[in-house]
Amino acid sequence: MLNVGPSHPAMHGIVRMIVELDGETVQSADVEIGYLHRAFEKDSEQFGYLQVIPYTDRLNYVSPLINNIGYCMAVEKLFGLKVPERAQYIRVIMSELSRVSDHLTCVAASAMELGAFTVFLYMIKQREEIYQLVEEVTGARLTISYARVGGVKGDLPEGFEAKCHEVIKKTREVLRECDQLLTHNRIFVDRVKNVGIISQKDAISYGMTGPFLRSTGIDFDVRRATPYLVYDRFDFEIPVGSTGDCLDRYLVRMDEMEQSFRIVEQAYKQIPAGHVLVNEQGEVVKGEDLVDAAKMGETEGIVTKSATFDPTLAGYHKDNRAEVGTCNKRAAMPPKEETYSNIEGLMNHFKTVMVGHGTRPPAGEAYHAVEGANGELGFYVVSDGTGTPYRVRVRPPCFTIMAGLHKVVEGDSMADIIASFGSVNMIGGELDR
Amino acid sequence: MQELHLKLKEKFGEDVLGVHDQHGDETIVIKPAALIKIAQFLRDDADYDMNFLMDLTAVDGLKLGWNPRFQVVYHFFSLKHSHRLRVKVPAADGGSVPSLTGLWAIANWFERECWDLLGIKFDGHPNLKRILMYEEFVGHPLRKDYPINKRQPLIGPGAVRK
Repeated sequence: MLNVGPSHPAMHGIVRMIVELDGETVQSADVEIGYLHRAFEKDSEQFGYLQVIPYTDRLNYVSPLINNIGYCMAVEKLFGLKVPERAQYIRVIMSELSRVSDHLTCVAASAMELGAFTVFLYMIKQREEIYQLVEEVTGARLTISYARVGGVKGDLPEGFEAKCHEVIKKTREVLRECDQLLTHNRIFVDRVKNVGIISQKDAISYGMTGPFLRSTGIDFDVRRATPYLVYDRFDFEIPVGSTGDCLDRYLVRMDEMEQSFRIVEQAYKQIPAGHVLVNEQGEVVKGEDLVDAAKMGETEGIVTKSATFDPTLAGYHKDNRAEVGTCNKRAAMPPKEETYSNIEGLMNHFKTVMVGHGTRPPAGEAYHAVEGANGELGFYVVSDGTGTPYRVRVRPPCFTIMAGLHKVVEGDSMADIIASFGSVNMIGGELDR
Repeated sequence: MQELHLKLKEKFGEDVLGVHDQHGDETIVIKPAALIKIAQFLRDDADYDMNFLMDLTAVDGLKLGWNPRFQVVYHFFSLKHSHRLRVKVPAADGGSVPSLTGLWAIANWFERECWDLLGIKFDGHPNLKRILMYEEFVGHPLRKDYPINKRQPLIGPGAVRK
């Protein structure tokens, strides 16, 4: 008997495994989770629908955008909202960038644990560039809270597309380099080939999804099986493995990143143009100055003035709001110009954010699944018609994988646990919630 | 194949308590006693072929005045047909529903979580113990009558000694 974890240098998160060994061979394993439980589901029942969005950032802290979008889509389903096309494309682009950063982290960390430190440095450096892209759009690297019910927080910044293409080009080079470093590297391949094998039957019985399931040869991908957003308009492949071992999972992830790039590139070709912001004849003043002036009774001509805002609010102007967010007043905030300059806008803003008012979907229930980086990420939201969700349930993709982890490691040697566990890409935030 | 819930209602008429397809999610509410029979049918029937138990959770209806108090919610998915079906089973406070561990391996952990957070027992579960909370924890935190600010520290000031 050997106790691995809860805090172990080769464990990505805090998780404990009690393994029974015969020499070096694992006879049985018992996986214990729950060390990072922070009551996400309970907390969600305390606040308004919009206030849950920041919590979803913390579920999967490597690809928070996908969580944000998944949650918002479940609430939109409750509302029956239609999201503007441009916002849908923005969501696709940001999801795919997140997926790449997630896969980069997973491959890098699992390679590092097997001794390939160079790959780790290269990939994490590249992930940093993707984080910078994310930061440019959302204002934060990790705790992004970018999606909104009915759309996204703001439009893509100017010149973003060119930067994005540049990063994709660089990331492709890095991937090619890492591919050369790993895929035909005997030391790496010996450690991962025929290690941590899971059969198709077991994978299905354990409800595994994502790269884990695909490595066994099943081409299930939520983006293809039950398309959401605009994923049915893109041409992409679903890479699959054949044996369901760690090598296949590594190869599937590497191929998926290329597919994500293809989706982003196609999305940029198809995305409907955003509204071009023109400086009108109206005087440009700061939002807060407008409010101050209005308080003093200087309301003359206030409607014609357009305000500039704090950078965190940029991209949600009157002119382009219809492209990035729904105009449904029950769900979405009004453009900031209106909040600052007329009473209807202010009331609308008040009604969407204040406790006791808030965004109120009609009573009912909805389950919406998106393809997270690790598999199907589902949000089941129950509404009782008030401003607070009655129940929010996340179906975390790595929960099911961790439930079947003992099947994966049994029969392998002790050292292979590191390789197998690395390929799970366990994310404590969504596993324990 | 569409309208899975209606076809299922025709087949298992007396075991079905209700159906709806709100927001396009086809849902069927069934009696607990029929759960295993219907789940096995869903899994093995060629027209349904629901080989995935995607999600299992429960909702506490205390504030909505539900009787019985809980509903256990199953989300099934078919790989072959790409269709989903939600099955709901009512459960009383302190009551139990049959365990699906014999049909899907993942039911083991999902049901443990459901027991841990909401206190619903699953008959026939081989190892029904806490999963996210610690063994010494008293109560079930996701119940609506569990206060959000209640703390049960294991160590340090305020720790409860047993």
